[in-house]
Amino acid sequence: MLDTIFFYVFALLTIGGAIATITRRSAMHSALSLIVSLLGVAGLYLLQKAEFLFAVQIVLYIGGIMVLFLFVIMLVNLDQAAKERQFNRQWLLGLVASVLVGAQMVWMLNSAGVLSLPAAVPAPAATGPGNIEALADLLFREYLLPFEVASLLLLVAIVGSVMMAKKTS
Amino acid sequence: MNQFYTPTDHFSLLPALLLALFGCAILMLDFFVLPHPRQKRWLIFFALLGEFFAGLALYRQYRFLEDQSIPALRAFSDGLIIDGFSIFFNAIFVAAAVLVAIISYRYLEVEGEHHGEFYGLILLAQCGMYFLASGTELVTIFIGIELMAVTFYILVGFLRSDRRSNEAAMKYLLLGAFSSGFLAYGFSLLYAITGSTRLPKIAAELAQRPATDPLLLLAIVTTLVGLLFKVGAAPFHMWAPDAYEGAPTPVTAYLSVASKAASVAVLVRLFLGTLAPHRINWEPMLAVAVVLSLTIGNFSALSQTNLKRLLAFSSISHAGYILLGLIAGNRTGLTGICIYLFVYTFMNTGAFLVLISLRQKGMTGDDIDDLNGLIHRSPGHALLMALFLLSLGGIPPTAGFIAKYYIFLSLVETGHYALAITAALFVAVSIYYYFRIVRAMFLNEAGQLLPALPGWGARVGFAVTALATLAIGLYPEPIIRFAGTSLLR
Repeated sequence: MLDTIFFYVFALLTIGGAIATITRRSAMHSALSLIVSLLGVAGLYLLQKAEFLFAVQIVLYIGGIMVLFLFVIMLVNLDQAAKERQFNRQWLLGLVASVLVGAQMVWMLNSAGVLSLPAAVPAPAATGPGNIEALADLLFREYLLPFEVASLLLLVAIVGSVMMAKKTS
Repeated sequence: MNQFYTPTDHFSLLPALLLALFGCAILMLDFFVLPHPRQKRWLIFFALLGEFFAGLALYRQYRFLEDQSIPALRAFSDGLIIDGFSIFFNAIFVAAAVLVAIISYRYLEVEGEHHGEFYGLILLAQCGMYFLASGTELVTIFIGIELMAVTFYILVGFLRSDRRSNEAAMKYLLLGAFSSGFLAYGFSLLYAITGSTRLPKIAAELAQRPATDPLLLLAIVTTLVGLLFKVGAAPFHMWAPDAYEGAPTPVTAYLSVASKAASVAVLVRLFLGTLAPHRINWEPMLAVAVVLSLTIGNFSALSQTNLKRLLAFSSISHAGYILLGLIAGNRTGLTGICIYLFVYTFMNTGAFLVLISLRQKGMTGDDIDDLNGLIHRSPGHALLMALFLLSLGGIPPTAGFIAKYYIFLSLVETGHYALAITAALFVAVSIYYYFRIVRAMFLNEAGQLLPALPGWGARVGFAVTALATLAIGLYPEPIIRFAGTSLLR
C-alpha cells in the first residue's frame, strides 16, 4: 500500500517536472524542473530496489550533468531566447501525430497482451550479496578489461577537447 | 574467474599496456619535461621506443605460441585472444604507426602545428586497435573501436587553423558517432539474443538459432553497417573523401591503413568466426557493399583532381577488394585479406609520403597538376610514386599484384565467378586513374613546385615502403607463410 502511494508520488514528480521543463519560458526554471523530474526517476529506481542506480542517478545526473546544464545556461545569452516564440505553429499537428502514435502503441501492446499484466508480486527479500556488490563483481571481475580501457577512452576525449579548445599560441 | 589478473592476462595484454603507458608518458613529457617546440622531436624517439617494446612483446607472444605449439591463448575469461591472426594484425599496426611517426615531423613543422600530443595519440589509437585485433568480447571490442575512433577524430582535426581540417573532423565525428550507435545497437542485440558478450559463447548459442530469426537478422544488419562504416566501404563511405582530404597527410595515411585494417580484423573475427553459420544472411549484404564500393570508389576516383581525394576514393575501392576475401571466406581468402592489408600498409603510406614531401609552406601540393613533370624536377620522387601507384593498381611485379592475385584466387576457388569478373573489370578502371597521375609526372610540362629534400624520417620511410612494395612482389613466400600462420584456427 505504502509502495503504491510512493510510486504515484514519484511518478507525479517525474511527469510534472518533465512537463514544466518544456513549458517554462525561462531556461533556468526549465533546468530546475528537470531536476525535479530526475529526482522522481531516482525515487522510482529506489522502489525497484535498484539502490545503485538510485545513487548514480542522484550523483551523476542531478549532481554533475545538471550543474553542467546550469553553467551553459548562465554562459549563453538568454534574453533573446525568452522573447522568442516558444512553440512553433505545428503544435496541433504534433499533438495529433503523438496521440495517433500513442494510441497505436497502446493498441499494439494490448493485442500482445502486455497491458493486462499479472497481479504484482512483491519483490523477494534480498538474499546474498546486494545489488551494488553484484554490480561491482561484474565490473571488476568479468568486465575488468573494458572497464579499465574505458578510462583510456575518457583520457583521450579530455585531451582532445582541451586541444581543440586551447587558444593558438 | 577466481583470480583478478593472472599472469596469462598480463602476458596477453602486455603490448596494449606498453602502448598505453608510452602514450600517456608522451602526453606528460610533452607538458613537463620538453615544453620547448624545438624539443618535440625527441618525442618521436620516445614513441619509437614504445613501438619497439610493444613489438618485442608481440614477438614474445608469437614465440610463445610457436614454442608451445598451441593455436591460441585465451585470457580475461574469453575476453582476449592471442593467436596468429591477432599477432599478424598487430604487426601491421606497429608498422603503420612507426611509419606515421617518422614521417610526421616535417609535415607538422610546415603546418606550424607541431604538438607533442600527436605522438601520444598515435600510440593510444594503436592501443585501441589492439583490442580490435585480439578482443573476443563485445564490450572490449566496442571500447577499442571507440578509443581508436575518438583518437582519429582528434588527429583529423589536428590542424586547428586549417578550415578544411576542422570541417573534416566535424564530419567524421558526426557520422562516426552515428555509426557507433549502429554498432552498439547490433552488439546489444547480439547480447540480447545469446545472453553473453563473449564471442565463443555467442557462437555456440547462435549455431542453434534458425537462420530466419528476424532479431538475428537485425543484429547482423546493424553490426555490419557499423563496421562497414569504419572500414570505409560504400554505401557508408561518405565521410572518407572529406576526412582524407582535410586531415594532415600523415594522419590520412594512418587512417587509411591502420584504422581500415583494425576494422577488417573485427569483421573477419565476427563474420568468419561467430556469425559463420549464418552466412546465408550476411553474404548477399556484403556482396552488395563490395560491388557498390568498387563502383563508387573507382568511378568517383576517375574525375578527381585532388590527389588526397583520389586516394580516398581508391581506398574505398580497396576496401571492396579486401571484403571480397571475406565473401570467399576460405583459407585462400583469409590469406588474401591478410596479405592485402599488409601490402596496402606499405604502398599506400608510400604514396602519401610522396605527397608529404611535396608539401611546403604556402603550397598544398596535393593536386594532380602539382605533380606535372615531376620526373624532370625530382626523378627519385617520381619513380617512387610510380612504383606505389603500380602496386596500388595491382600490376606485377609489385606487391599489389600478389595481394589481388590471392583475393581473385579465393573467389574462383569458391565459385564466385560473377564477383571475380566484376572486380577484375574494375582493376582496369583503377589502372586508368593511377596512370593519369603517372602521365602527369612523366609527360606533362614541368611545374614550379620543387619537393623538399627528404629528412631522415622521410628517407627511412621511403626506403621501407619502397623496399617492402618491391620485395614482397618479387619474393612473396615469407609473407605468404607468415599470413598462413595467422589463419583463424
